[in-house]
Amino acid sequence: MSVILVFLQKAIAQGVCMLFGASGEIMTEKSGNLNLGIPGIMYMGGIAGLMGAFFYEGAVENPSPVIGLIVSAICAILCAGLGGLIYSVLTVTLRANQNVVGLALTTFGVGFGNFFGGSVSKLAGGVGQISVATTASAYQAKVPLISEIPFIGPVLFSNGVLTYVAVALAISLAYFLKKTRTGLNLRAVGESPATADAAGINVNRYKYVATVLGAAIAGLGGLNFVMEYLGGTWTNDCIGDRGWLAIAIVIFAVWNPINVIWGSFLFGALSILYLYVPGLNRGSQELFKMLPYLVTILVLIFTSFRNKRETQPPASLGVAYFREER
Amino acid sequence: MEQLENAIELKNVTKRFGKVIANDSVYLTVKKGEILSILGENGSGKTTLMNMLSGIYFPDEGHILVEGKEVTIQSPKDAFDLGIGMIHQHFKLVDVLTAAENIILGLPGKGALNMAQVEKDIKELTEKYGFDLNPAQKIYDMSVSQKQTVEIVKVLYRGANLLILDEPTAVLTPQEADKLFAVLRNMKNAGKSIIIITHKLQEVLALSDRVTVLRKGKYIGTVETSEATVESLTEMMVGGKVSLDIHRADPVDPECRLKIEDATCVNHEGLKILNHVSFEANSGEILGIAGIAGSGQKELLEAIAGLQHIRSGKISYYPQDGSTHTLSDMKASQIRNLGVHMSFVPEDRLGMGLVGKMDLTDNMMLRSYQEGSNPFLDRETPKNLAKEIVEKLDVVTPSISTPVGRLSGGNVQKVLVGREIASDPEVLMVAYPVRGLDINSSYTIYNLLNEQKEKGVALICVIEDLDVILELCDRILVMNNGHITGIRDARKTTKEEIGMLMTKNTEEEK
Repeated sequence: MSVILVFLQKAIAQGVCMLFGASGEIMTEKSGNLNLGIPGIMYMGGIAGLMGAFFYEGAVENPSPVIGLIVSAICAILCAGLGGLIYSVLTVTLRANQNVVGLALTTFGVGFGNFFGGSVSKLAGGVGQISVATTASAYQAKVPLISEIPFIGPVLFSNGVLTYVAVALAISLAYFLKKTRTGLNLRAVGESPATADAAGINVNRYKYVATVLGAAIAGLGGLNFVMEYLGGTWTNDCIGDRGWLAIAIVIFAVWNPINVIWGSFLFGALSILYLYVPGLNRGSQELFKMLPYLVTILVLIFTSFRNKRETQPPASLGVAYFREER
Repeated sequence: MEQLENAIELKNVTKRFGKVIANDSVYLTVKKGEILSILGENGSGKTTLMNMLSGIYFPDEGHILVEGKEVTIQSPKDAFDLGIGMIHQHFKLVDVLTAAENIILGLPGKGALNMAQVEKDIKELTEKYGFDLNPAQKIYDMSVSQKQTVEIVKVLYRGANLLILDEPTAVLTPQEADKLFAVLRNMKNAGKSIIIITHKLQEVLALSDRVTVLRKGKYIGTVETSEATVESLTEMMVGGKVSLDIHRADPVDPECRLKIEDATCVNHEGLKILNHVSFEANSGEILGIAGIAGSGQKELLEAIAGLQHIRSGKISYYPQDGSTHTLSDMKASQIRNLGVHMSFVPEDRLGMGLVGKMDLTDNMMLRSYQEGSNPFLDRETPKNLAKEIVEKLDVVTPSISTPVGRLSGGNVQKVLVGREIASDPEVLMVAYPVRGLDINSSYTIYNLLNEQKEKGVALICVIEDLDVILELCDRILVMNNGHITGIRDARKTTKEEIGMLMTKNTEEEK
C-alpha cells in the first residue's frame, strides 16, 4: 500500500513539469508554430528562477519564502518568455524554418541553463553547493490540514503550489480555446492563417502572443522541476528529456489540454515505473524507460488510423505565413 | 415603385499592372435592390474591377461612390465597413470549425462565446432569405454549395448591403444554381444589391436586371436584361473581328495522328470534366481549342498525355512509321517517348514543367536525366540544348545558369516551348502558350508553332484569345462544360459563331 502511495505521489511530481511544458506547447501549436525549442525554454525558465531566488536570498538578511517564490516565478516567466520571443522573431517576422529554429533554441537553452547553473554554483562556493532552501520551501509547502486525510491527502494535496497552478492553467486553456472569441480566432490562425487574415485577425500578433505566453508557461515547468523536485539546487542537464516528453504528450493528448492533465501524470508514472517494478536489471530498466515513447507512437498510429479531423494537428502547423504568397 | 438609388457608382476607374491595362476607364452603377451581371471573356477585367470594390486592389485613377458619397477603399476591412462583401471563387473557410464559428471569426464582441445565441442569430438570418444551412455543421462535412452558402451568410452577418459573387455557379450543379438564384432574388427583394460576375449568358438572362459588358479591360456598355438577347450580348462580349495578320500556311498532306473516341473523364467530386469527347488531330495542322476557362481543355490535354485517367473511350495514336498505339492504356512516360509532348503554361506560368529555382541547363535535364546508361549525369547535352534555345529563340537571360524563375514571363515560356520542340515531337500540345505575353513575344511563339506545323507536326493549342485562335489555327474545337460543342474550319467561321459555341448550353441538349 505504502509503495503504491509513494509511486502515485512521485508520478504526479514527475508529471507537473511536463504538464506545464505540454500546456505551453499546445498554446503555441494552436497558433501554427511548432516550437521544438520548448525543452530548451524549460531550462531557461528553471535557471532564471533559481538565479532570481539565489540573488534575492543573498541580498536580504532574512529572506521571506513568499517573496522568494514571487521573485523566482517572475524571473522564470520573463526568461522563458524571452525564449519564445526569439523563436517568434525568427519564425514569424523573418520566416525562418520552424524546425531548425526550434532545435537550435533547445540546444541553446540547455547550454544557457548549464552555463549559468555552473556560474551560480561557483558563486555559491562550488559544484552542487547552490541551494535556495528558503524559496524552495515555499514551493514545496503542502496544503495545510487536508493533506492529512489518509490516502487522498498524500496523493492529491501534499504537492506544492505549482501543481495546482498547472492543473488550473490546463483547464483554463481548454476553456479559452473552446469557449472564447480570442480562442476561436487563435485556432483559426493555426488552421488557416489566410482565412483568419481575410476575417480581419492580426495573424502575426496572435502568433507572437501565443508563442511567448506558451513559452512562459513551459518555463514554469522548468521552475517547478528545479524548485519542487530538486529542492532549489542545480545539476547539469538536470531537467533531462522531460521537455521532449512534453512535446510527445501534446501529440498523445491530440491537442486537447484536458487530455494533457491525465496524460502528463500517466507519462510521469510511466517514466518512473522502472523504479517500482521489482526484479529489473539494468537492461530491462531501459526497456521500461521507453514506455512513454512507445505509448506516443501507439497514439499516433491510432489517431491516424481513425483519421478524425478533430484529432489532427492544426492544419498549418509548421508553416510560415506570408500574405502575398498564394 | 419608388425611384431606385445608386448603391455604388464607379466612374472612370482605371487599373494598370505594369504595362498591362486591366481596366481602362470603366463606368458601373448598381442600384439598390437590383442584380447586376458583369459579363466578359477571360481576361476582360471583371475580377480586377470587383477586387477594387472589395479592397484587394487600389484603383490608379477614377472615383468610387457609395450611396452618392465618394470613398476610398484601401483594404478588405474598409470594404466591409462600407457594407461591401465579396464571395470569391476560392472559399476562405476553416475546415475543422463549424459554419457558425466561421461566420463569427474575427468579429469584435464579448470575450466569452455564447454559441447557442450565435447559432440562433444565424438561423434567423438564414430563414429570412431562405438559405438551407445548419450552423453547427463542420465545414469538412459540407458540399461545395453548402460552403458557398456559409460564405454568403458570413458576408450578410457582417452587415453587407452589396454582395459581389465571382462566378458563383462555376462549382454548382444546375439544381444548386437554381437554389442560389432563388436566395439571391430574396435578397434583392429585401433591398440588397448584388453583382454577379459571370460568362454564362443563360444565367445573365435568367437572373439579372441589368448587364454591364467588359471586353479586354474596356467598358463596352450596360443594357437592360429585358432588352438583351443571347446574340446581342455575345456581340458585345466578343466584339467585331480584329485582324492580327499571323502567317498561316495551308496544311500539307494532313494525316490522322491522334484519334480520340468517346473519351469521358470524371473528377474526384464525381463531376464529368470530359463528357463523351471525340475528335481527330492531323499532322501539319494546328487544332485550336477554344472555351471558357475550366471547360475541360486542361483535362483533355492531360488525358492525351496520360496524366489524367479516362473512365471510358479510347485514345489512339498513329505515328509516321505506320504503327498504331492505344495511348489510353499507357503511362505518361511511355506516351512521351512515343513523341506525344505537352507543354502547359499554367496561370502562375512556372507551376508545371519548369522548376523556378533551377537554372536553364537543369530544367533541360528534367526531360533527359533518364537517358543513357552511365550512372553519372550527362550535363553537356542539356547545356548545349539550353544554349541553342537561348540563341534560337532570343531568350533574354544573363546566362544559362540563371534560375528560370528570374526570367520574365515571355522568356520562361520560350524556354518551356523550346524544350518540348527540341525533342522533335510528332504531336505537340501547348496550353496557353502566349498567356500574359506582350505582342512581340507572342509572335515569336506563333512563329515557333508555325515552324513545327510546316515540319509536319500535329499541333493542339489551347488559346484564350479568340482573335488569335481564328488567325493561327486551321481548325477550331470549341468546348463547354466538358462537351465539344463544335469543330469549325478556322478560315470560314466567325468570332460570333465561336463565342456562341463557347457558351452554348450543354445541359438542355440531353
